[in-house]
Formats: sequence, structure tokens, C-alpha cells
Amino acid sequence: MSNLARAEGREPLIHLSKRAGISRGKAWSIRIIAVLLGILVCGIAAFLLIEKVQNNPEKIGEFYGTFIKGSFSTSRKFWKFLKNTAVLLCISLALTPAFRMRFWNTGGEGQTLVGVLSAIAVNFYLGGKIPEGILLILMLLAALAAGALWGVIPAIFRAKWGTNETLFTLMMNYIATYLVSYFLVIWVPSGSSTLGKLKNGRLPIIADNENILIVLIVVALTAALYIYLQYTKHGYEISVVGESVRTARYIGINERKVIIRTMILSGMLCGLAGYLIAAGSDQTVTTNSVGGQGFTGIMVAWLGKFNPLAMLLTSALIQLLNQGAMQISKDFGVNSSLTSVIIGIILFFIIGSEFFINYEVHFRGHAKKAARRAIK
Amino acid sequence: MKKIAALVLALCLSLTAFAALADGIAKEDLKLGLITLHSEQSTYDKNFIDSFKEACANKGLTEDQYAIVSDIPEGDECRQQAEEFADEGYNMVFADSFGHEDYMIEAAQKYPEVQFCHATGTKAHTEKLDNFHNAFASIYEGRYLAGVVAGMKLNEMKEAGKLNGEVPMIGYIGAFPYAEVKSGYTSFYLGAKSVCPDVQMKVVFTSSWYDEIAERNSALSLIDAKCDLISQHADSMGAPTACQEKGVPNVSYNGSTVTACPDTFLVASRINWAPYFEYLIDQLIAGEAIATDWTGTIATGSVEITEINEKAAAAGTADAVAKAKAGLEDGSIKVFDTATFTVKGAALENYMADVDSDPAFTPDTEVVSDGYFHESEMRSAPYFDVDIDGIEILNN
Repeated sequence: MSNLARAEGREPLIHLSKRAGISRGKAWSIRIIAVLLGILVCGIAAFLLIEKVQNNPEKIGEFYGTFIKGSFSTSRKFWKFLKNTAVLLCISLALTPAFRMRFWNTGGEGQTLVGVLSAIAVNFYLGGKIPEGILLILMLLAALAAGALWGVIPAIFRAKWGTNETLFTLMMNYIATYLVSYFLVIWVPSGSSTLGKLKNGRLPIIADNENILIVLIVVALTAALYIYLQYTKHGYEISVVGESVRTARYIGINERKVIIRTMILSGMLCGLAGYLIAAGSDQTVTTNSVGGQGFTGIMVAWLGKFNPLAMLLTSALIQLLNQGAMQISKDFGVNSSLTSVIIGIILFFIIGSEFFINYEVHFRGHAKKAARRAIK
Repeated sequence: MKKIAALVLALCLSLTAFAALADGIAKEDLKLGLITLHSEQSTYDKNFIDSFKEACANKGLTEDQYAIVSDIPEGDECRQQAEEFADEGYNMVFADSFGHEDYMIEAAQKYPEVQFCHATGTKAHTEKLDNFHNAFASIYEGRYLAGVVAGMKLNEMKEAGKLNGEVPMIGYIGAFPYAEVKSGYTSFYLGAKSVCPDVQMKVVFTSSWYDEIAERNSALSLIDAKCDLISQHADSMGAPTACQEKGVPNVSYNGSTVTACPDTFLVASRINWAPYFEYLIDQLIAGEAIATDWTGTIATGSVEITEINEKAAAAGTADAVAKAKAGLEDGSIKVFDTATFTVKGAALENYMADVDSDPAFTPDTEVVSDGYFHESEMRSAPYFDVDIDGIEILNN
């Protein structure tokens, strides 16, 4: 039997192999094709599910336009887009050092929420009684401390007793949520658990723009974290612990110390995001103050491959999808659940594209040709 | 000369026409926005969304003349959405959740030419802005009628020897222990008591407006605690579906749950918001001021009970409800008649309520006179927050 026939007999219709490497151009073209396909499938979903599009198929163009309109049609929307991107990015940046260390911090939601809660607690008790500047500083310190505490507890347990950090940090989210419920019961004697907007503790408005300071803070943080992770000893230690704990030990890195130190940083930065929410926009706290961004932040960090500069793009993409979907819900009169479906479709394609970047797909015919070439 | 006179006349006429238009808004130019806390999965928000669409359709507005944004949290996002509506030329923006209020007030301050309306809020009458308005309805009257349905059912169960304990016991699941919820369950209880004098009630709070699992578990624990009938003031289907599974009668809120619970649904009370939305549309077109604090009633069509589910309800229920409704309408029945309940064994002779909201929740207004508690008369949002005898609160 010839080699050719043997190859044919064994070969499945499709098989996959891991790529040894891929050129940057090819990787990006796969990503762009994926996004385009995602957009196409969204259009089909819109056609099947949105009545206004069904009745007037020419509205499909408007459907796509609305995605852009959600973030760019007015300066208010654009600034909201920048601010929300900044807050989401801040949470994702906070998670990044932990993720680089392969410490799966799923507690960003809770670490951010305790940040909001602590900042608002300081504001609730001291607002109006001390100068605004000092109040804002105390709120910041409280938020950073609370976030750090929420981050370091699972880190200590992991470092000392090897507990599973994914479950531990996840559980800490629930404790944070119920802690907020608890304080709202104490703070609001009428029983409504609605604190309302506090009068004090508002970040300064620069150049008549309430968002600019938040955006600047997060831009600075992005640069600082990039430098910290790429160019400092700490950053290097984090990478080594992430790659292999044994190697870290071998070269004299105290991995327990690194885990605890890094989770203090991670929690603290979540606390900062909480502060931005508390002092930069809401001036109140509810159990929903973070609104799931602690989890969305995980996706932003993964999509950006834990590179702070790439995460700038991925957080902007997610926010663009959010605001676009919201606008579609408003303009086309559809239930907001459908807009989550649309976001889901696009993210599915984007995440799916990474598969095709890492793996190559071979078809049977392709293998036959390869085998022939081999015989020759 | 004639020509000039005609020209002047025409000019005058067109000017008056213009003046009339400047006051009101032409119907075809009207644009209305609705902001809701959750989406249609929540019975509470669905009630607003349905009424809003219904009112717009009744008044002949096209679908392009209104828009709805859902899942808007009680934070700065609410202000952003309200201001976006204002940017886009909407004439009126309505928000449906208690915690939206402060953010709506901010938007109202920034956009004096746009009307901002808010359900369940308490601050319009003290903020004194021309373009910020509160609205609610005397839903305690609807709850009272729903209570009559419950009381009739309990009587039937008692006669058939089907009670779980010695006295008829209602289980009630409330969201938060504050006036809106307390006023609701107390009026429901008093309605039941008006036909079933020995009824008692147990209340559990879930600390959330929408928590399907907590509402379901609360219902199950109340059923285990020998409650004969369940009602709820929280917005998921958790309690009604638990009742259907366990075969326990349920009185619902915000709308009928009969499709999901055909065997156990008795009746539901609901605020029909369509009359208020229609009122808003009329005022905007006429260029008339919108009431600062609007209270819908049975007479305005705002307070409703759904059709009674004959399959589950006791015989004679419809007649008992009709009698109570007539009494409420002619004023011979007062829901919070101080002769019908006691507080710590004594009659309630006076009560200072916190009507004018302040951060310290200071009681400021006497609300008991002429033998009854004057609910929703000093402002639209409820302020009855008295714990009366016969109702046991299991958690806080």
C-alpha cells in the first residue's frame, strides 16, 4: 500500500493542529473577518427578531448606524462613552496584575463595590462636616483600603493554605453585596433602603466637564501599570510566578509575598474604580452600583491579553457595544434582553476568532495534497 | 386699502395661531420618553411599559413619538438618560423607580423647558420646580379590595375545615419595610379583616424589589409556617409560581398572573398608569401646567383590580367586592378607619407622618383626623408606616 493511500484512510474530514506561529497581519485579518461575520449575523438576528426592521428591510442600515449613534451622535454620549470606558478599564487594569500571576481574581465586582461603599460611608458620616477637599481624600483612602482588604483576604488564604482563589474571590462578591444591603438598612431609617444622592463628596469638575478628571486618572493609571508590569522588578516577579511557581522559588522569589503584594495592588485599584463611581458619578451606593463591570472587566482583560494598552481598545469596544445596544433598544422599541443577545453574538465571534488564530484547520483534500508533496 | 386690511387681518390671525401653538405642543410634535429600572421581566416595570404604550396609542401618537429605555440603575445613569432624552427634543421624560428621583430632579434643573415626571417619589412638593412632578395612586384602595377577595377565600377554607392552623393566616412577602410596602400590606390585611374578622398575617421582607429566588423561598417558608394564603409586594414571579406548585391561593400585584398560576391565582390589584400618561399628554398639548403631585384614584381609573379567577375564588366574592368598592367610592368606607384596627392594643388617635422628605426623616404632619388615617392626601406617595396589631413581622 502506498503512503498516499494510507494517508487517505486515516485522514478525518477536518482536523486541527496548533499553529507554530502566525504573522501579525494574518492574525489581524482573522480578527477583522470575525468581527465582520459577527456584524453580519447580528443583522440577520435583527431581521428575524426586530419588528421595525422586518417591516422595513431598508432600516437595516439604520440598525447598524444606531450602534455608532449610541456613542458618537452627541457630545454627551461621547463623554459618557469615554467615562464609562475609563471606569471599566480601571477595573480591568486592576484585575490584570493578578491574572498575569495566574491568580484568577473573579472578585473584581466585590472589591469595587466595597470601594464604593467605603467612600460613601465616609461621605455619609463626614460630608458637610469637614472641608470638601479633605472629605474627597478620606473617601479615596477608605476606598483604596477597603478594596485592598477585599483582595488580600483570599490572597492570604491562597498563599498560606492553598485555597482556591476563584471560588474564594467569587464568594467575597456576595459578602460585599449583602454588606451594602446591611448598611442601607442602617442608614435609611424610613426602610426604603434608597440612600438617594448625597450632597457632598463630588470630584471637581474641570473645564465645565464632569468626566474629564476620571478619564485623565485612568489614562495615567494605564501608563503606570504598563510600566509597572513591563519594566519593574515587581512586574517581572509577577510574570515568573505566573509562568511557574517552581521556577520562581528556584530563582529566589518568595511567591507568597508576591501573591499577597499583588492582590493588595489589585484590590486597591478596584477600590479606586469604586471611588470613581462613588465620587465621580453616582454619589450614592446601591447593591447594583458596580453593575456587573467586575465580571465584564475579566473579559476585557482576557481579550486584551493582559496588556494594558490593548485593553484600552477592548474596554472601548465593549462600551461601544453597550451604548450601541442601548440605543437600538430605545430607537427600535425592543426589549433590552435582545440587545444583550446582539452584544453576545459579536463577542462570541471575537472570542471565537482567537481559536482560529491559535489553531489551523485542515481539510481532507488539503492533507492529500500535502501527502503527495511529501512523496515527491 | 382693502388689500392692506386683509393683510393686517391675516397677520393678526396667524400671530394668534402662533401664540396658541407656543403655549401647547402640537400632537404630532409631541415626544415622550420612559425610563424603567428593570425590563419587562419585572411585573412592576412591565406594568409601566404596557400602560405607557397603551396611553400613547389611545391618544393617537405614533410609535416614533415615544421611546423606552430599560435597566436603568438608580444612579447617575438615570440623569444621563433623562438628559439624553432632553437633548433629543423629547417634551416629557418619566422615570418609574423610587431611587431615580434625585437624578431626575438634577435633569429637571438643567432642562427647564422639558417636563420630568416621576412615579412613587416624595420630593416634588418640597423642591418646587415648575417642571418636576410626582405621581402615585391610592393603591391602598385596590389592595383593600384584593384583601376582600382574600378574606372571602379564607372564610370558605375555614368553613370547609381546610385551614392549616387555628386562625386564618395570610403570608405576605414585601420588598422593603417602608411606607409604600407597609401601607400596601396593611390595607390588604384590613380588606381581608372586613369580611374575615379573625384573620392574622405574617410578613417577610426580601430587601430587594426583584429577587426571584428570595421571593420564592419566602413564599415556601410562609407556606411551611402554616399560612393559608399568600400575597406579595415584590416584582418577580417567584411567589405566585411557588403558590401554584403548592396549591396555595395567591393574591398578586401589578397585573394578573393567571396564565402561570391558573389554579391558585385569585385576583391582583394594580395601578393603571395609562390615565396619568393620558393626562400628561393632554396637558402638554393644551399647554397647561402638570400637577406637582398627582394622585390617581378608583374614579380616575388608576386603581384597579383584575378579573377575579372564578376557578379559585370563593362563591359570592364578586358581590362582596362590588359592595366594598361602592363603599370606597361614596366615602362610607375608609381603608384606614381607626375603628377597625389597634396599635399595641390602643386605638390610633393621632400620628405625625414624614410627609415633607428630609434627610433625617423628621415626622412633620398630623395625618389622623375625623376617625381615619388620611393616606395619600398630603402627597401622592404613601406615608402610612404604622405597625398594627394582627400583623406579625418576621424579619426586618
